[in-house]
Amino acid sequence: MQMLSRKAACDSHGQDSSYFLGWQEYEKNPYNEVLNPNGIIQMGLAENQLSFDLAESWLANNPDALGLKRDGKSVFKELALFQDYHGMPTFKNELVEFMAKLRGYKVEFDPKKLVLVAGSTSANESLMFCLAEPGEAFLLPTPYYPGFDRDLKWRTEVEIVPIHCSSSNGFKITGCALEDAYEQAKKLNLNVKGVLVTNPSNPLGTTMDRDELNLLIDFAITKKIHIVSDEIYSGTVFDSTSFVSIIEAVTDRNIDDTHELWNRIHMVYSLSKDLGLPGFRVGMIYSNDETVVAAATKMSSFGLVSSQTQFLLTNMLSDNKFTSKYIEENRKRLKSRKEMLVSGLSGAGIECLNSNACLFCWVDMRHLLSSDTFEAEKELSKRILFEVGLNISPGSSCHCSEPGWFRICFANMSQETLKIAITRIKDFVESITFSRENCNHQLTVLDSRRRLVSKWVLPLSPYDNNEPADR
Amino acid sequence: MRHLSTKATCNSHGQDSSYFLGWEEYEKNPYDEVQNPKGIIQMGLAENQLSFDLLESWLEKNPEPAGFKRDGKSIFRELALFQDYHGLPAFKKALVEFMAEIRGNRVSFDPNHMVLTAGATSANETLMFCLAEPGEAFLLPTPYYPGFDRDLKWRTGVEIVPIHCTSSNDFQITETALEAAYHEAQQRNLRVKGVLVTNPSNPLGTTLSRSELNLLISFITTKGIHLISDEIYSGTVFSSPGFVSVMEVLKDRNCDETEVWDRVHIVNSLSKDLGLPGFRVGAIYSNDDMVVAAATKMSSFGLMSSQTQYLLSALLSDKKFTKNYISENQKRLKKRQNMLVMGLKKAGISCLKSNAGLFCWVNMRHLLRSDTFEAEMELWKKIVYDVRLNISPGSSCHCTEPGWFRVCFANMTEETLDLAIQRLKDFVVEHTANGHSKSNNSSKNSKRKLLPKWVLRLSSRDRDHEPDER
Repeated sequence: MQMLSRKAACDSHGQDSSYFLGWQEYEKNPYNEVLNPNGIIQMGLAENQLSFDLAESWLANNPDALGLKRDGKSVFKELALFQDYHGMPTFKNELVEFMAKLRGYKVEFDPKKLVLVAGSTSANESLMFCLAEPGEAFLLPTPYYPGFDRDLKWRTEVEIVPIHCSSSNGFKITGCALEDAYEQAKKLNLNVKGVLVTNPSNPLGTTMDRDELNLLIDFAITKKIHIVSDEIYSGTVFDSTSFVSIIEAVTDRNIDDTHELWNRIHMVYSLSKDLGLPGFRVGMIYSNDETVVAAATKMSSFGLVSSQTQFLLTNMLSDNKFTSKYIEENRKRLKSRKEMLVSGLSGAGIECLNSNACLFCWVDMRHLLSSDTFEAEKELSKRILFEVGLNISPGSSCHCSEPGWFRICFANMSQETLKIAITRIKDFVESITFSRENCNHQLTVLDSRRRLVSKWVLPLSPYDNNEPADR
Repeated sequence: MRHLSTKATCNSHGQDSSYFLGWEEYEKNPYDEVQNPKGIIQMGLAENQLSFDLLESWLEKNPEPAGFKRDGKSIFRELALFQDYHGLPAFKKALVEFMAEIRGNRVSFDPNHMVLTAGATSANETLMFCLAEPGEAFLLPTPYYPGFDRDLKWRTGVEIVPIHCTSSNDFQITETALEAAYHEAQQRNLRVKGVLVTNPSNPLGTTLSRSELNLLISFITTKGIHLISDEIYSGTVFSSPGFVSVMEVLKDRNCDETEVWDRVHIVNSLSKDLGLPGFRVGAIYSNDDMVVAAATKMSSFGLMSSQTQYLLSALLSDKKFTKNYISENQKRLKKRQNMLVMGLKKAGISCLKSNAGLFCWVNMRHLLRSDTFEAEMELWKKIVYDVRLNISPGSSCHCTEPGWFRVCFANMTEETLDLAIQRLKDFVVEHTANGHSKSNNSSKNSKRKLLPKWVLRLSSRDRDHEPDER
């Protein structure tokens, strides 16, 4: 008899995809300015490390929040015992206020519709458990966050059917693509329960425009399905006015409060990306459907937010002066860092999708492929990992339908490190271009190549089975 | 087309059971020494509130860990970014050492075999996802923690088949009962994947004996199935015969590295001994590498806050503190349990002899109007609404015999416990005098004189019964 479940024994947690392999190589040989300057630079991790100083200074000025004190008195006992899955009311109040602020107060949220969970990973999975049966499907626009293959499908047994987006229109969702995906699901005999979008998008770094949102809303009304909007990156939009959240879009359609569509709109949020606190596990589900809120609340028992953390962040978020300053300063820094990467890549002849949010760029390296195939993308990906010494995420790991796109993160390292990464890319592109332009002079090419690549290749050769001539 | 999933709309989260209804009544009318002295006293909550002073004093003396500091330097950044599902190594090390210490260092644990989860609730569900398919079953001895109906079954689709234990032998697990449960599962066409026990037991408050543990190990060996030992209460053992962990018995049987070794898994938590349910600290310990690997990835759905991991790694690494805490906490629990047991005894109520837990398993069978669960419900409602104590009826724990109740003693002050005992004493006196129990059916007049107080209050809530039926 099979001792473990299929879930435990299979690999549909997706953790063997190339997305994670690059990480494994990075772990073996991580870049360090002093100790390992030739190591691999991690550019596959969408973390926001740019604004910790702001949080740290707040903490230094507000020791009670960490010391588990309120007005000088210990609230340790109260916190130690607080395991109410409805969440700390004060924390929820601050969160809805913060969420509204991020959206320029164009929408308002009700704390009673908010469910706290340990991270958006938990939030997304719980929503799947609430909205779909095993074997039913959600449509997701490609490219999408590789983690969804695990988060949405693994234990829930829900299926994902892709909505193919292409570079021809900046990867925007079209009516055709939505219909095609729906048809595809029907062909596969899958009952579609909804569409899940990430807005701002991971890995694109773009916010959905009103046309897309309206298309989505029309589609959800016609097909009578759910919309889940994962707005985890909403705090990373460089310019607040360009972000239209799903709640705002539906509100602006002047759809009656009682229209059934409202019950099918759900949002996911987290403090991992804007506040840069993934370790604290703060995620949430926001839903207009009472049954979903009730079920998700009970499900949150499987992943509650530590009361110690709820207390700390209640204090932090209740400081309006701090949150306003943080939001503004954080946006500035992200924008400036993105611009640095974009112009650096441009200098190497590499273009990025025009983006206005997030912690990464969606980079076009199609011209560097040896052929317009995913094999060539994998090859390029390996070269960038082993020769250039950068861990970046290949588009195929994000289910992109076109080879040659890569997600490159910019907010999880210092400026100096980013500069080095950009230089390495420049050198690499030069060497490829050089070798391509001089393909008749094989020997010369090989010599120059060896000169330029040897510095990367020699320490890395134990990892790479290819002969130098194959590059 | 159905709008929401069955999971969202059904009630198999079990949250409509009486276990939770008593809580709702308590929420409406909670006892407060000053503000609501006639309110309902919460005795249905298995919390340990007896040793907070020890924790608080440690925090006062050691402000760095909570302050995100290590040797005077801020490690806020490091913690804010730490989301590795392998867990904070320093915390896992401290936790396995703490677990070993509680087991008298008769066994040791490898931090590489431990998976951290946000609470034992998450740990138990994750183990089900790892060990069973939807529709397969785990055997659980009754009575068991009502929350298991949700934690083990709800989203996993796994079934629970009870191993019936009775008061005839103090609710110990017998071979007959194990075989009967296995057979029942087969009759229901359910493939049994394992047995899950809580040791020490909730709600019994007793530790499993060596012979029970040996029985279990032999059973799972024969059947080729898993054994999960939820040892969440291991730190609350306060008297003999002491705690014997399943790992210890496996070792004694020289089972290390055998096939059965890989099929034994332990669940742990800091919610009961350290009294920190709000911090969400749970763990799965398994000898099977594949289970550890899968559970580790699944822990993404309920990771522990790094802030909390760091604080507790410092706390548990302080061996002087842990040694003192374990022993002092046990002393206080023992004293408190004794207080409840003696108090109930004076009211003519006996408890199952217990050596652990934060509650007593109380025998109120003699107070039932009849040997039925309806009578148990009736008695329970009287206790909730009239005596104003929220205690947990045995039926909510799937007990096969009516009349048993779980009564908690560690989540209130001594004064409140005294008051609760007094209220119960008064109730028993009146109850017996009025012939409400099966043993005494005389004095109908006294009954009618005293009935209105009970009846008037109950009839507004309980529409189905006629007053004369009580």
